[in-house]
Amino acid sequence: MEQRDLIPHLFRTEYRKIVSVLCKHFGFDQIETAEDLTSETFLTAAQTWPLNGIPPNPVAWLYTVAKNNAKNYLRRHSIFDKKLVPELKKSSLVSVEAEIDMSEQNINDSQLQMMFAICHPSISAEAQVGLSLRILCGFGIEEIADAFLTNKENINKRLFRAKEKLREEKIRIELPALTEIDERLATVLTTIYLLFNEGYYSVSNDQTLRKDFCFEAMRLCKMLTENKISNKPEVSALLALMCFHASRFDARFSKNGELVLYEEQDESIWDRELIERGAYYLHQATTGNKVSKYHIEAGIAYWHTIKADTIEKWENILQLYNQLLQIEYSPIAALNRTFALSKANGKQEAIKEAEKLNLSDNHFYFMLLGELYSDLDNVKAKQNFQIALSLAKTQTDKMSIQKRIAIL
Amino acid sequence: MRHEDGSKNASPEQMQAWMKQTMDWIGGIAAQNKFVSGTGLPFNGARVITTKNSKPVVTDGPFGEIKETIGGFIVVKADSIDEAVEFAKGCPVLQGEGNSMEVRKIAKNDGVH
Repeated sequence: MEQRDLIPHLFRTEYRKIVSVLCKHFGFDQIETAEDLTSETFLTAAQTWPLNGIPPNPVAWLYTVAKNNAKNYLRRHSIFDKKLVPELKKSSLVSVEAEIDMSEQNINDSQLQMMFAICHPSISAEAQVGLSLRILCGFGIEEIADAFLTNKENINKRLFRAKEKLREEKIRIELPALTEIDERLATVLTTIYLLFNEGYYSVSNDQTLRKDFCFEAMRLCKMLTENKISNKPEVSALLALMCFHASRFDARFSKNGELVLYEEQDESIWDRELIERGAYYLHQATTGNKVSKYHIEAGIAYWHTIKADTIEKWENILQLYNQLLQIEYSPIAALNRTFALSKANGKQEAIKEAEKLNLSDNHFYFMLLGELYSDLDNVKAKQNFQIALSLAKTQTDKMSIQKRIAIL
Repeated sequence: MRHEDGSKNASPEQMQAWMKQTMDWIGGIAAQNKFVSGTGLPFNGARVITTKNSKPVVTDGPFGEIKETIGGFIVVKADSIDEAVEFAKGCPVLQGEGNSMEVRKIAKNDGVH
């Protein structure tokens, strides 16, 4: 790897590890200190490596410098505390002598505990996703701002407020008690899935960044499967679901960046290895006696990895949507269920059911009606697509609706 | 839902078709965000408890005078009794002559029935 690529690469893989270990060492209320010390470490690398050459073991070099930075910081503060504020609770200050543990075990534990600290129900899902991208995945503020189509100041403010809130709540960097694990894990999984969807359905045009978001979400989920406390069936189910979806990542976009609909995708570029990994994790997920929404969604995603349009496929998808909607309603699941119904039971029945859905502010609803009416009544089909077009918000959606009208 | 024990005289294929129709019917209600809960009540293992000479008597059935009995229930979020009746009309058990659906409110004070 070229030197100029090496530091950004290491930033992506090592920033999150160093920050988690330091933050665990200092306590969550000093998270900014941990972030600053970590950034300082990378700054030192960027300044000295071009002059002195890349050290033989760059990762070990970073860990050593980070440890030294942290020790110097603690020493300065312990002197400050002793001289100026001796009455302050000294016990809360971490001992200067305490060794900062950069072992693989402690890195993994710290990251996992950090995941639970950040994905805490006291802050909004949006804030959890933002903090996860920064602290757990090591994305730059600029990249996060690009993904959310906003500016750096807004992201900085959002992250600052989220950290303040977590401090107020006195969040500790630790795994939740066994009695709370299911509830806390549910929040973590929601955040991971949001992070994945942020990449998969993002409004951002940056393909590489979007793919990185998806793979980071999968990496975090995999970390949960590797710890026996958090390795629950629904974790494997979510991982399976993401593997199945991600297998189509490259097929979903044309060379000039346009969205390619499922029916028109070239299945030869679906990632077979990811599909197999998905199948493996779905099998791992079948150990408990609880069927989570992730199990059902993974089942639906599995059937979508088979391109051929068979009755069996659509009947299975329909029944899975019937089950999913009973566990958790969402407009998109209701629309997808109706599409599956048209494939399994015919368009006439699906149109009747679609009309009961009461989703007339949703452009996907009119796209679905347009799809159901096409070939049966093309005038009605066109009318529905036109309404969809007037309701659609993004350029990508508008373009795909226009393309659909053109081939009617 | 009141109906006869279908498993006695229906073929496995018929049972499977009924099952699909029932699941599609429930899925349709859930797709309107109107489903709360529900379940089938299988007949095997069913018991009837009555009183004879002031003592409880347990039998395997029959279920009173009528051939059909409660085969399942579904709780929906309906805005009115009429809406609940419309949901009930779609239930596949009504394809069987003599089967019936009964719509009842749930005693709650939060306006959801």
